[in-house]
Amino acid sequence: MANLKLTDVEKTYGGTVQVLRDINLDIKKGELIVFVGPSGCGKSTLLRMIAGLEKITGGTLEIDGQMVNDVPPAQRGIAMVFQSYALYPHMTVRDNMSFALKIAKKSKQEIEDSVNRAAKMLQLEPYLDRLPKALSGGQRQRVAIGRSIVRDPKVYLFDEPLSNLDAALRVATRIEIAQLKESMPDSTMIYVTHDQVEAMTLATRIVVLANKGIAQVGSPLELYETPNSEFVAQFIGSPAMNLLPGEIVETGETTVVKMDGGGTARSNIATKPEDKGLKVNVGVRPEDFVESDGDYIYEGTVDITEALGEVTLLYFEAHDGDPVIGKLQGIHQGLRGNKVKMTADPGRVHLFHDGTSLLYR
Amino acid sequence: MSPVVQGIITIILGVGGCAAYFYASNLVLDKVIFPPRNDDHGRNINRANIVRPWLFVAPAIFFLGLYLVYPVVGSFFRSLYNRSGNTFIGLGNYTQMFSEEGFRVALFNNILWVIFVPASATFLGLLVAQLTDRLKWGNIAKSLIFMPMAISFVGASLIWKFVYANNPDIGIINAVRDFFGLNPIDVLQIPFWNNFFIMFILVWIQTGFAMVILSAALRGIPEETIEAAIIDGANPFQIFFKIKIPQIAPTIVVVWTTITILVLKVFDIVYAMTGGNFDTEILPSYMMDYMFRDDGRATAVAFVIMIIVTPVMVWNIVQARREMR
Ligand SMILES: Nc1ncnc2c1ncn2[C@@H]1O[C@H](COP(=O)(O)OP(=O)(O)O)[C@@H](O)[C@H]1O
Ligand SMILES: [Mg+2]
Repeated sequence: MANLKLTDVEKTYGGTVQVLRDINLDIKKGELIVFVGPSGCGKSTLLRMIAGLEKITGGTLEIDGQMVNDVPPAQRGIAMVFQSYALYPHMTVRDNMSFALKIAKKSKQEIEDSVNRAAKMLQLEPYLDRLPKALSGGQRQRVAIGRSIVRDPKVYLFDEPLSNLDAALRVATRIEIAQLKESMPDSTMIYVTHDQVEAMTLATRIVVLANKGIAQVGSPLELYETPNSEFVAQFIGSPAMNLLPGEIVETGETTVVKMDGGGTARSNIATKPEDKGLKVNVGVRPEDFVESDGDYIYEGTVDITEALGEVTLLYFEAHDGDPVIGKLQGIHQGLRGNKVKMTADPGRVHLFHDGTSLLYR
Repeated sequence: MSPVVQGIITIILGVGGCAAYFYASNLVLDKVIFPPRNDDHGRNINRANIVRPWLFVAPAIFFLGLYLVYPVVGSFFRSLYNRSGNTFIGLGNYTQMFSEEGFRVALFNNILWVIFVPASATFLGLLVAQLTDRLKWGNIAKSLIFMPMAISFVGASLIWKFVYANNPDIGIINAVRDFFGLNPIDVLQIPFWNNFFIMFILVWIQTGFAMVILSAALRGIPEETIEAAIIDGANPFQIFFKIKIPQIAPTIVVVWTTITILVLKVFDIVYAMTGGNFDTEILPSYMMDYMFRDDGRATAVAFVIMIIVTPVMVWNIVQARREMR
């Protein structure tokens, strides 16, 4: 149905406060794009610019090849689900869902059909004549989604739609949204969240926002397996990737790093001869660490263990900054207080210099 | 003694007296009536806590009873007696009153007031509140519109006497007429319509009140519901009438009924503008006319006014409560 193209989009408040810059993004029809990033990085602002609620102060936004910078929100073919749901409190569920169609002067029959179809899809039929205040959080959320569906938009925009729900409902609704997307393969969706689990599970592509711009765009697994920067590496995945300082001692197809903490790391990231002596951060995800008797990347004393059943988390004594974390499969008892050596498959060892991955030079 | 010293002493005695009352009464309750001692320890604390709220509302109930309930009941009985207050004449005052042309005019005018003033003041207040909401100089405009609230009704009437003055050098209406070569007229003597010129003074005063309350209510509407309506394609008028007004409807009712109650009490404006002449009498001013002469009719008028006010007031309180929830 629709593709979206953002070119050099920027947002400046009051002529001086720059919130976003150099946003270039090509969103294809049928994609579910997730914007993630820390709080305050401008996710909502970017979404609201696409919706037309916020003026685009630089660059262009195209929907279906037509520039829409100055097109009013209602004519952009978008629908938005707000974080607070923004249901009209004085209207019943039915009126909430039909409001846009009434404004658009659709026929009575047509309105009723659309509302009933959406209500059926979202299991809202028993609640059609209730006011929003008589609904639970999850039901309100579905009404908000229903209100978008009836308009049959080209692009759905979601701004942290699950953040007001409790943990169990959040998982359930996340799955519902995934199913909704599957039932509407042609609809484009843009979804904002600061929760990386939501991002990983829902997205066809994730856009990581940081530092007023886009840090990286890619499929969830691309971001997980080949992050282009320390920021993305630590943002995607939980617990966050460990970063350990070292110096390159051997270059080539396999790079060997002498760790400042004493061990040796091997990585399948290729390096050039002149990289020898380069100071790097070796990145290893907690789940990629394995115990070792010989070669090791990291050696430390286990401070705390958390046995979660299927995995055991090891928190090593921190000397400065965040503790190094290991996530071992299965149950490991009696490690607390022990010195443990950890290593990892060279294919899973990341190398960063100055915050950027050596893969992306 | 200078008035300042007197004032200060009164304040000290008043506030001190209140503090002493609350302190002493609570002390008596806790130490003497329900002392938390021996076996009755917990039960006595609970009983004291049930009684305690009454200690706090008791003075208010007492004074309200003395100055409100007693006069109401007293007036009612008085309205059943003749002027000298010694002969019971049943509903004589009422039948006498309803049979009189002057009363019917006052009642009719009062109905006009009750319809026109609250409606106009609320409408204008809402309009100003909405229009000034996003203006840089909105707050200045609001202050100006609010200012008449600070003027007494008599003061305001005097100002408007000048505005309506017959002399084109003083009154603006006649100045405008004069400019177009028309003869001056006294708007306060135009039959029927003179009422509206007088009512407008109260509208002028009360618009500020409506504006302040409704402006706060408009600000309280969640911004996202308005954004959702924008995305749904509503134009500014639709947003105002279909999204904003329904959300502040309870506040509108409270403002409307509050002004209605006020209207039913106003007598000074009519008194200062026309003295009730030219068929501009309304019930309160009609009552004032009879207060010091003729028969015991004034209390009967007061009662009619009260009967009209009561349902409005009940509705007002119900709405205000609902809004608070
Ligand atoms: N009206 C405004 N004026 C100035 N700065 C603003 C305004 N609105 C938002 N911002 C700033 O823009 C940044 C991005 O906000 P937002 O898009 O809400 O972040 P996110 O949704 O990612 O948490 C924040 O730092 C915020 O302070
Ligand atoms: Mg946000």
